[in-house]
Amino acid sequence: MFETIQSVPLNHYILFCSLIFAIGVIGVLTRRNVIVIMMSIELMLNSVNLLLVAFSVFFGDSSGQVFVFFVMALAAAEVAVGLAIIMMVYRNTRSIDIDILNRLRW
Amino acid sequence: MTVFYLVAFLSLFFAIMTILSKNPVHSVLYLVVTFFTFSIHYILLNAQFLAVVNFIVYMGAIMVLFLFVLMLLNMNEDSEPLKSIFVKVIGIIAGMCFVIVLAASLKLLKTSPPLEVIDPEIGLVGNLGKVLFKEFLLPFEISSILLLTAMVGAVLLGKKDKKRL
Repeated sequence: MFETIQSVPLNHYILFCSLIFAIGVIGVLTRRNVIVIMMSIELMLNSVNLLLVAFSVFFGDSSGQVFVFFVMALAAAEVAVGLAIIMMVYRNTRSIDIDILNRLRW
Repeated sequence: MTVFYLVAFLSLFFAIMTILSKNPVHSVLYLVVTFFTFSIHYILLNAQFLAVVNFIVYMGAIMVLFLFVLMLLNMNEDSEPLKSIFVKVIGIIAGMCFVIVLAASLKLLKTSPPLEVIDPEIGLVGNLGKVLFKEFLLPFEISSILLLTAMVGAVLLGKKDKKRL
């Protein structure tokens, strides 16, 4: 298992994770469905997690993996509250289009 | 080495499919596959604990939550709101700017150290548990309070408000 990973340069990990992060950003910017936007946020969180693990393995320091653990706990809390908010908004407006929510401006 | 590139290609493909597919249910299913490939990445890095946690928490709990909400709201392709082409093009350009800046800076760096597993014991449950309960005990307890708060908040938000309706 270790031989397989040994020759991958660290730069490729950084590039790969930033590509996934950019896909998440594009998803947030181009979609109007709130649930798909939340899924894109999950994608971004996961790419950061993978990069943290890669660096933690690279430096031989386990703090990075503990931090990933906290990020996962935070993501679970975020999804629970976010989806509850989406349900409430849907109950009031009968839509999950993010452009309808512009009444929050006032 | 080739395993990494194969799995990386698969994750990129399924991540792109997640944001491209019109049907939100298909989006969730593609996202599950993406998270599965991320689990494989963790195993390749010998982070076994995180691979298992990623498998259980993300693919098990979070994705089921998404699917539940999608089916409660009864959404499919017909109810999917679409943005104009202009906004889509601008969004893709804005997202790609980030990648271009990062790739250019990596190219200027001129150094690319290979990723070697220095300490293969680092990602095992025992070692990670020791670090978690010695150095990170206070953040661990605080995160438990955070989860409790999130649970209370979700129940409070999800409850029907009888006074207002």
